[in-house]
Amino acid sequence: MRAILETYSSMLLQALGQTMLLTLLSLLFAFIIGLIFGMMSVSKNRVLNIISVVYVDGIRGIPLIVLAYFIYFGVPKIIQVTVNPGFRMTALVAGTIALSMNAGAYMSEIFRAGIQSVDIGQVEAARSLGLGYARTMQRVVLPQAIRTMIPSIINQFIISLKDTSILSVIGFPELTKAGNIIVGNTFATAETWGIIAVMYLIVIVTLSRIAKLIERRINVGTKR
Amino acid sequence: MAQNGKLKIHTRNLKKSFGNLEVLKSIDVDIYEGEVVVVLGPSGSGKSTFLRCLNRLEDITSGEVVVDDINITDKKVDINKFRENIGMVFQHFNLFPHMTVLRNITLAPVDLKKMTKSEAQKKGMALLTRVGMEAKANAYPPQLSGGQKQRVAIARALAMNPDIMLFDEPTSALDPEMVGEVLAVMKELAAEGMTMVVVTHEIGFAREVASRVIFMDGGYIVEEGTPDEIFNHPKEARTIDFLNKVL
Repeated sequence: MRAILETYSSMLLQALGQTMLLTLLSLLFAFIIGLIFGMMSVSKNRVLNIISVVYVDGIRGIPLIVLAYFIYFGVPKIIQVTVNPGFRMTALVAGTIALSMNAGAYMSEIFRAGIQSVDIGQVEAARSLGLGYARTMQRVVLPQAIRTMIPSIINQFIISLKDTSILSVIGFPELTKAGNIIVGNTFATAETWGIIAVMYLIVIVTLSRIAKLIERRINVGTKR
Repeated sequence: MAQNGKLKIHTRNLKKSFGNLEVLKSIDVDIYEGEVVVVLGPSGSGKSTFLRCLNRLEDITSGEVVVDDINITDKKVDINKFRENIGMVFQHFNLFPHMTVLRNITLAPVDLKKMTKSEAQKKGMALLTRVGMEAKANAYPPQLSGGQKQRVAIARALAMNPDIMLFDEPTSALDPEMVGEVLAVMKELAAEGMTMVVVTHEIGFAREVASRVIFMDGGYIVEEGTPDEIFNHPKEARTIDFLNKVL
């Protein structure tokens, strides 16, 4: 164990950094995707509702590993044949797209539930003052919805962080991929996977503790 | 009755259905500037729905609603602009819990560019003083009592300088000892000449403040008249029956 840590610690830390980068990027995009599709699902417009349902059900019905393969291997092929023969996609880009689309679908459901949890009277009060739909969402509904969404968002963050390990299959140099490489070199399976498991554990527990603190700070002022 | 002022609200053959349930079955009302119209009736009579049709919180099924010379069913009407002129106070206050009391009041005037932030704050403080809530300007709504919340809600509606105020059972969710403070604010508003439509069960308020009382039942206006006519000389059997139950 000591030997592995001495030889590979910088590689492991770098891989952890890549894992975090992928998670944060994906969550940022997932938040935007979730906001857009969540708004579409609560809209009164039937067409927007249907688009949102198709997206959410479609993505939730495809395993992340299949989505990642399709985006990393399939999409560049399509673009090479149709538009640009020299098109390449890095594993980071493909991984971010796959994970964002995946987390975005779940985030959309989180947004939908959050928006629907806000009392309709809030909307009526804002509209009766002359605020339009978009303003009402922006000023009144979303700020309240996001408060109730925070625990679910934290949960999604943790799920996405763990899901980055799936992206080792497209060669992205994240933590699990690093584990594969170290085991390949040393055959020290128990030590290596043990170390990597503990690394994930530490990061996830730390992040969820921090998130809990933030949640508590945000709720000050309203829950009294 | 002094009805020589300007016509503010005019409905003809107003109907409203929710699915198969017809809640309003032809409402004809004319309300003039400065009138305080109290709408009474048993629950389910359609009185709240009627009120909500006046600022299009409910889309009407058929008929005509003209407010301030604007036909609000006209698709070309900018409904947001129109609503700036009509304040509404709700049974459950509907204050924005994530904003301070003052921010609740300044949100709409500032966002809709009616006032600058400092103008709105000045006006907001003046309104809070008027409803006796200036000390709570920086409190959050969950920290207030029901009566305090409703007074803030009235101030919030007034911040847009509306011509008309709609009250949807403003005291029904309050503890009895807090009803008086809210009614006092409403009385003051009436005395200043605000055009008001008030759905309420407060018979005392109707007697004292209303210029006209409308009694609704089953989606119709059964009877209307001055408080004296309705409370002391009701003509319709349903009105008499209702008053016997509540008085």
